[in-house]
Amino acid sequence: MNKIQRVTSILFGGALWTATGTARAEWELNLTQGVTEISREVFDMHMTVMWICFWIGVLVFGAMAISIVKHRKSKGATPATFHESTFAEILWTIIPFVILISMAFPAAKMLVKMEDTSDAEITIKVTGHQWKWEYEYLDSGIKFISSLHADSREAATLGSGIDPSTVDNYLLEVDNPVVLPTGKKVRFLLTSSDVIHAWWIPAFAIKKDAIPGFINEMWTIVDEEGTYRGQCAELCGRQHGFMPIVVEAKSEAEYGEWVTAQLAAAEVAASSADREWAMDELMERGEKVYGTYCAACHQADGNGIAGVFPALNGSPMVLEDIEGHIDIILNGKPGTAMQAFAAQLNDADLAAVVTYERNAWENETGDIIQPAAVKSLRIQ
Amino acid sequence: MNAHATDAHHDSDHDHHGPAPGLMRWVTTTNHKDIGSLYLWFSLIMFFIGGLMALVIRSELFQPGLQLVDPHFFNQMTTLHALVMIFGVVMPAFVGLANWMLPMMIGAPDMALPRMNNWSFWILPFGFTMMLSTLLMDGGGPAAGWTLYPPLSLQTGDAFPYLIFSIHLLGVSSIMGAINIVATIMNLRAPGMTFMKMPLFVWTWFITAYLLIAVMPVLAGAVTMLLTDKFFGTSFFDAAGGGDPVMFQHIFWFFGHPEVYILILPSFGLVSEIIPTFSRKRLFGYSSMVYATASIAFLSFIVWAHHMFTVGMPLAGEIFFMFTTMLIAVPTGVKVFNWVSTMWRGSMTFETPMLFALGFVVMFTIGGFSGLMLAMTPIDFQYHDTYFVVAHFHYVLVPGAIYGIIAGVYYWLPKWTGNMYSESLGKTHFWLSTIFVNVLFFPMHFVGLAGMPRRIPDYAVQFADFNQIATIGAFGFGFSQILLLVLVIKCIKGGEKATDQVWEGAQGLEWTVASPPPYHTFSPQPVIK
Repeated sequence: MNKIQRVTSILFGGALWTATGTARAEWELNLTQGVTEISREVFDMHMTVMWICFWIGVLVFGAMAISIVKHRKSKGATPATFHESTFAEILWTIIPFVILISMAFPAAKMLVKMEDTSDAEITIKVTGHQWKWEYEYLDSGIKFISSLHADSREAATLGSGIDPSTVDNYLLEVDNPVVLPTGKKVRFLLTSSDVIHAWWIPAFAIKKDAIPGFINEMWTIVDEEGTYRGQCAELCGRQHGFMPIVVEAKSEAEYGEWVTAQLAAAEVAASSADREWAMDELMERGEKVYGTYCAACHQADGNGIAGVFPALNGSPMVLEDIEGHIDIILNGKPGTAMQAFAAQLNDADLAAVVTYERNAWENETGDIIQPAAVKSLRIQ
Repeated sequence: MNAHATDAHHDSDHDHHGPAPGLMRWVTTTNHKDIGSLYLWFSLIMFFIGGLMALVIRSELFQPGLQLVDPHFFNQMTTLHALVMIFGVVMPAFVGLANWMLPMMIGAPDMALPRMNNWSFWILPFGFTMMLSTLLMDGGGPAAGWTLYPPLSLQTGDAFPYLIFSIHLLGVSSIMGAINIVATIMNLRAPGMTFMKMPLFVWTWFITAYLLIAVMPVLAGAVTMLLTDKFFGTSFFDAAGGGDPVMFQHIFWFFGHPEVYILILPSFGLVSEIIPTFSRKRLFGYSSMVYATASIAFLSFIVWAHHMFTVGMPLAGEIFFMFTTMLIAVPTGVKVFNWVSTMWRGSMTFETPMLFALGFVVMFTIGGFSGLMLAMTPIDFQYHDTYFVVAHFHYVLVPGAIYGIIAGVYYWLPKWTGNMYSESLGKTHFWLSTIFVNVLFFPMHFVGLAGMPRRIPDYAVQFADFNQIATIGAFGFGFSQILLLVLVIKCIKGGEKATDQVWEGAQGLEWTVASPPPYHTFSPQPVIK
């Protein structure tokens, strides 16, 4: 237990806030230098501006301090009578102006460079959903959803009792990271299916909003292999703090292997809709899908949150109307947080989650929904 | 400045009467001093309500993991904390100070439109009761942030129409208050009180009032469009219907940026009154202070999109808004340099109002520096929507706007009550507030730069230490404000009698009337020579 924790647990009563025990060594004070040319230039400009501010501060606060120490009545200071000077006013209008110009031009130049998304070798479409990211590699057709890792999700439940410091990369780990090759210009196309999100990796110094109905662009060239983490940076609802971004930068060869593996896995998934699934298989898969896509609103116990997110446990739609149930998941409900999942979930996932919702908790309908049934509804 | 002050009970025929007896005095009053007190008390109550919300936020953020509140409730707290502090604390406090002091500073008998004055105050408690009652509704209160960005804000539950209507009410109240202030300054200045003789608090409020009249209708328009999008089938901000969610942000910030200056300009005025008094030296560069204020007000209309650098604006737009935003540093710098020059070779004493004014100058300037950093688009991409921004705007609003208000309250409290407040209690309040406000907000710069986004109820473990420190600061700062309440109540009940002049270096008409001033001052008006 470090000093601050000790002091604070005394202040607040250790019973309520049990200190976490493990050392959290990182007293990070400053911006990251990052791993791209742009991020290093951003860092340098940040430092330059900060030092300019620092020295202006020294001058202004210094003059104030001298005044406060020397020109006080208790030291017998008598007030001077001067109260204006056109020369001084012009001087301290012009000097800051010149300093600002000297800062503004390099900044504008850098901005031009940052906004130049031409000649990208790889293009990835990033779609924000409440509350996960969807990635589509437009060149190779790879497409997947990336959401908060189950360990973090479990620990980040109110009253879970799990110490976040025991979870690897708490809140900064996902199930499916984005994979990029190093040294190649990657262009991101950002959009959203529901509300505004923002995609941000501090180590790349890029951040842009993902806005429904808009496509925004940005780019990066990652120099070093490694895993880089970021978060959604625009308030997007209840789980805004729980939709991280993880990027793995790999060598070109490893990236190639990853692409091949992803394409093979996609083929297996596509064929899964054609066969008959057993109840157990559907329930097992359904529980996983439910945890990733549904539980944030409808809650793990299916009871929702009164007035905001309807309960599924005991809901007439879930107990009776199979087609309506599948339809609302496929197409969403306009004007509410219930989004259309048709593009995010394949037939097997949909069939599994519908089966799960109809048989979990107190919903014991015994219904088994096959992927083929979802497929036929989807075609309509 | 010379003035012929008069006592209240002169022989004119219609205003002998004092306040009405009992509680109805406060309901029916049209007296600027009564209404000023109502505004100030309302503001203080809301300060504690908004503060409690902040403490809920800071308690949840004391350590990683979710311990106390659901994320949805956390979002309601951040949203309402902002709305309460902006519309319920800072703006009413400024209007309260204006009500009390503007007529006395320009030699007017009262505000120009006294009945409207009563109405513009009494809308507020009802507006806020409606807004806060949404916390008890199905789906809870508004949780999309005070900026109400659609489409997220359109997901609000039953609270939504109540929220929109309460914002309309607050807007109506502000616009009426502003019209009243403009009308008073334009029409009721005492003979000889030319524009360039007006005290700076009057000047800054004059300019602020125009900003309010210009932008509050813009906010009303924006939230009305949200309302029709939600309930009447329009698609102003719905891309699927041909609308544009970013358009809301442009409209909102066209209101929002001038609003930021509405929250700070009157504090500039207060500090410009207080520093000369306790430096025993005239304000340095009076006319350049007036021009700087007007320049800031003008620039505030052409910088709005710097709140939205990451929405994907065209390059030319980003560069334009970066340049205009950086320009604001020039007139703001002029003001700071003038304050320091006023102190220079003065004969300073450090009573509580002066301490708060000095705290204002230093910490507002720190907030200004981070503002300059945020103005630079290429590096703003790293700062945008992180705790660095939270640190920035809290520095300009808490030790900025709020310190200005507190300084003003201490400055005029002896005038209002006729009693001196306890200087030792006031100084304790200053030092505790100043230590804790920095413990609270300074670490936010660090977690922000290290990558912590704002508006999150839970965070990665590497941000834990600074968040703990900030939470300690929050509780310290919050509890320190109880001293202010105690001090004000003690001062009203009694204490050493204040002179008319109160402060040795005080200049201006308000110091020529008795402490406390009679119920009706300045009829007939004094003549300024």
